Amino acid sequence: MVCNEADMDFPMTIAEAALEVRGLTKRFDRPAVDALDLAVRRGEFYALLGPNGAGKTTTLRMVAGLLRPDAGSVSILGIDALADPVAAKQTMAWVSDEPMIYDKLTPLEYLEFVAGLWGIDAASAEASAHELLASLGLGPHLHERCEGFSKGMRQKVALAGALVHDPRLIILDEPLTGLDALSARHVKGLLQARVRAGCTVIMTTHILEVAERMADRIGVIAAGRLVAEGTLDELRQRNGRDDTLEDMFIALVDEAAAA
Amino acid sequence: MSSASSLSWFVRHEVRLAWREWIAMLTGGRRGRKRAAMIGLVVFAAIMHLPAYAVIGRFAGLEMPLDKTSLIVMTATIALAWALMLSQAIESVTRVFYARADLDLIMSSPVRLTNIFSVRIAAIALSVTSMALLFAAPFVDVLVISGGARWLAAFAVVIAIGLSAVAVAIAVTLILFRLIGPGRTRLVAQILAAVVGAGFVIALQVAAILSYGTLSRFAVLTSDAAAGFAPGPDSLLWWPARAALGDPEALLLLLAGSLVMLGAVMAIFSPRFADTAIGVSGSHASARASQHANPFRNGSRQQALRRKEFVLLKRDPWLMSQSLMQLLYLVPPALLLWRGFSDSSAAIMLVTPVMVMAAGQLAGGLAWLTISGEDAADLVATAPLPPVSVVRAKIEVVLIAIAAIFAPLVAALALASPIQAAITALGVIVATVSATAIQLWFRVQARRSQFRRRQTSSRIATFAEAFSSIGWAATSALALAAPFAAGISGVLTAAIMAVTWKISPRRE
Repeated sequence: MVCNEADMDFPMTIAEAALEVRGLTKRFDRPAVDALDLAVRRGEFYALLGPNGAGKTTTLRMVAGLLRPDAGSVSILGIDALADPVAAKQTMAWVSDEPMIYDKLTPLEYLEFVAGLWGIDAASAEASAHELLASLGLGPHLHERCEGFSKGMRQKVALAGALVHDPRLIILDEPLTGLDALSARHVKGLLQARVRAGCTVIMTTHILEVAERMADRIGVIAAGRLVAEGTLDELRQRNGRDDTLEDMFIALVDEAAAA
Repeated sequence: MSSASSLSWFVRHEVRLAWREWIAMLTGGRRGRKRAAMIGLVVFAAIMHLPAYAVIGRFAGLEMPLDKTSLIVMTATIALAWALMLSQAIESVTRVFYARADLDLIMSSPVRLTNIFSVRIAAIALSVTSMALLFAAPFVDVLVISGGARWLAAFAVVIAIGLSAVAVAIAVTLILFRLIGPGRTRLVAQILAAVVGAGFVIALQVAAILSYGTLSRFAVLTSDAAAGFAPGPDSLLWWPARAALGDPEALLLLLAGSLVMLGAVMAIFSPRFADTAIGVSGSHASARASQHANPFRNGSRQQALRRKEFVLLKRDPWLMSQSLMQLLYLVPPALLLWRGFSDSSAAIMLVTPVMVMAAGQLAGGLAWLTISGEDAADLVATAPLPPVSVVRAKIEVVLIAIAAIFAPLVAALALASPIQAAITALGVIVATVSATAIQLWFRVQARRSQFRRRQTSSRIATFAEAFSSIGWAATSALALAAPFAAGISGVLTAAIMAVTWKISPRRE
């Protein structure tokens, strides 16, 4: 089923919302994000799905403060992210599908830099960095420069950087791209542990199985608008069929394209 | 596909790649600028005939037999051209190994690698020689127009020295590779490429300063001492000069010698190119490891940014080579300064503009790397600190680095002449701030590895940076000799800065 204005009634309070987006709009040549409303609860694992060019990355880049919206509001853990971006950024981390790290730094040096940017105490950041890198299988490469790392290793370094300052909201854009099965499992385990500890995770993915298994709620975005949202069971109920997520996703996207 | 047809296909592929790289260099990688770039190049080449005439026109009447001094000057000029071509060739060879993305495809294809790499060596020779011919054309044209068709032989000399420079560059790079490994070869080759051409001029200047207390390299070349050391008129050393003057025997032997050199290098090294390429791709696996890890340090967010920038600058091979070249240019004025303590030579005045110019150029490179060359732009943009703090921290890195390099020289100058030191310090500061401001106004989001293309990404920024450095250098020099003229020069340079700011992209 396709969401309409009435569906977006924001049942959670500001105190409950890790992220609240209202009327978010961004135009390039055409509307990339079209008056989008979205709310994610604290401590929730939220998967944002959509076909290529649907507006997922644009939405998340605006939330992370990497793009300025044309209209709308973004509230992160009760902080107005457009009015006070520095306070909002202090609470969150962003990981893109293309890991942007420094070739000439070692993973430890990179994490020291990230901890410094977020103003984390050096001693606790160092302990956390060692623990994170070891848990991601980078223990043997702590002192090697990243220039020789594979894409998967670079992605793990970027992820460790996102986690080292203990964010309360983690936004990940296709974080499993380029990871082998074992590494993907490590990353998924790490993210689930953060969610259990009260952290909120918002993730885009094209791997529907990941969304199906990990997400508390799933949002489907098409042509810059949220076309469906809910738990897997809620989506099935609304769809009136006992389909897989893949079947529902394709039906929703086709429906949105036809509308 | 037969061996011959696959080879001709690869020749076409290489020529097309070389052509497109050259066009991209001219146009800054922007489509739609090809026509304008070609027109600009033709106009530039036409205009270049004027300075070429001023520099070389008076030598058009030279004829064999030459006296020893003329032979020395001409041979030194050809040697300088050869050194510059060698520098360009080393850079091209390094790029083929480390920067081309097609090595995996080539190595995995069912073609004979020795043939393929022979073609690639020939392509390097072709592109380096073509570039040299292009730059030499205005000078040779002037000689031909003023001195007659015999000077057309100079074009053939350019080809001959281009081929030999490529042969030596390939041999040097591959020998380095065997001796010190792929990781260090890249760094050493880049440094060699940057300093080899400049080094020749600077070595002559150093010799001139030590012997005659002047910056003029011709002082050495035209001295009796040089004539005394030079071999007799029949020496092989003079063959390039004789060939350029139209001596057919010398020209043929020079061309033949260069072709034999390139052929020998192709025969010896083409079969090893594949091993070298495999070594380069494997070198990433054995990435460089730090000797020891420092404990994490506390500090402000700006300190974290500055620390990161300093570490990256220290580990940047391109910056290392560019900085070394800038610092090499400071060697002659530093020597002049040193000599200035013992005599009252007016030549010491030259120290000021050279230092101001070098500071501006170095600051421009550093500012591009720190402000535009941000490899983790998303990370820095999502960090909890205002964009203005990020920019300020990066600018501080540039200013600190320039201060660390130039403060000792200014301090030494203060011992010889406090007023000149004060003017030099002011010039260095203004040139540094100007170059940094230009990079700030024209900042882009780029990767550090794109450093060598920074000059083609914004022509306005490149020219503005050069004109501001030259302008402030001239202003500083004039301030020592003619303060009124310095005022005019300063106002003109400030006007250049104002116009540059006015036409710079609007920033949020």
